[in-house]
Amino acid sequence: MSEVTSEHPRYLQHHFADMDQQNESGTFGMWVFLVTEIMFFGGIFAAYAIYRSMYLPAFEFGSRLLDVKLGTVNTAVLIGSSLTMVLAVHAAQTGKRKALVFYLLLTMVLGGVFLGIKSYEYYHKWETSLVPGLRFAPEVALPSGVTVQNLELFFCFYFFMTALHALHMIIGFGIMTVLVVMSWRGRFSPEYYAPVEVSGLYWHFVDIIWIFLFPLLYLIGGRYTT
Amino acid sequence: MSEHIVPVRSYVLVFLALMGLTALTVGVAFINLGSMNTLIALVIAATKMLLVMLIFMNVKYSSRLTKLAILAAFFWLALLLTFTMSDYFTRHWTPTPSDWGPSISQPAPREK
Repeated sequence: MSEVTSEHPRYLQHHFADMDQQNESGTFGMWVFLVTEIMFFGGIFAAYAIYRSMYLPAFEFGSRLLDVKLGTVNTAVLIGSSLTMVLAVHAAQTGKRKALVFYLLLTMVLGGVFLGIKSYEYYHKWETSLVPGLRFAPEVALPSGVTVQNLELFFCFYFFMTALHALHMIIGFGIMTVLVVMSWRGRFSPEYYAPVEVSGLYWHFVDIIWIFLFPLLYLIGGRYTT
Repeated sequence: MSEHIVPVRSYVLVFLALMGLTALTVGVAFINLGSMNTLIALVIAATKMLLVMLIFMNVKYSSRLTKLAILAAFFWLALLLTFTMSDYFTRHWTPTPSDWGPSISQPAPREK
């Protein structure tokens, strides 16, 4: 920092000594929020593990009723959106305004594709009467040891976990929209791009949640035929 | 900003690794390995999480304070999972004494 203390860059708040301290505080603050999110989802994952162990046949059967192809495509789409997000941060770091706007928009598009596919899956669950509480009457023959109630419990977890994840993505959409407008107006520079970076942390966190939801819901029920 | 700028090449490599691991976890799910299926799926998911955190989320180049916050999260998550599981998964290890039956009587509904 220069010896002039009465003037500082527009983006440096008075209460920070310098940019390093401001950036460090911002990153730390975002991580503390993500810690609370980890505990929030952790409780749901714990509940899922317990009920899965209690009603294993129903959970494995329910898992096989999900569309593994759509789940895999969605996983790839979301990982792709994480790539475009880090490329957006990289564009901000190197001061490429148009690339920054482009990658942020691409991240939103991929997020939209994910939510579109998810909506189609929800619609398909509605069509086949697999929505707990509203329309639950499985049209498939249940194997022995699987009751309708236990299968409904699996789908409660499916909808609760994926909808909570989708809600996080919709919030991410709002954040991205603000970032696109700010980027377009040239608010970011290689000296100041903290909002892009901490929003990226949030977006990657949502990706990590899906990285666990995908195998837990779609895969470990056993896709092989024995 | 004096932060470490990760080259684009690293990001693309991590992305390809994540796609490869996704293909692997889907492929393994179609092979019957018994209880190993769940373990392998979780190990692959944890590997993907580490890749995303270290490179995409820049944890590899973060300060010790940030790393400490993340470690604290995993520590408390481990407490949450361990203590919950140690209760539910050990309940059937010892039989319930027979005189512990449903002896708690519900208060009779009050007459109007």
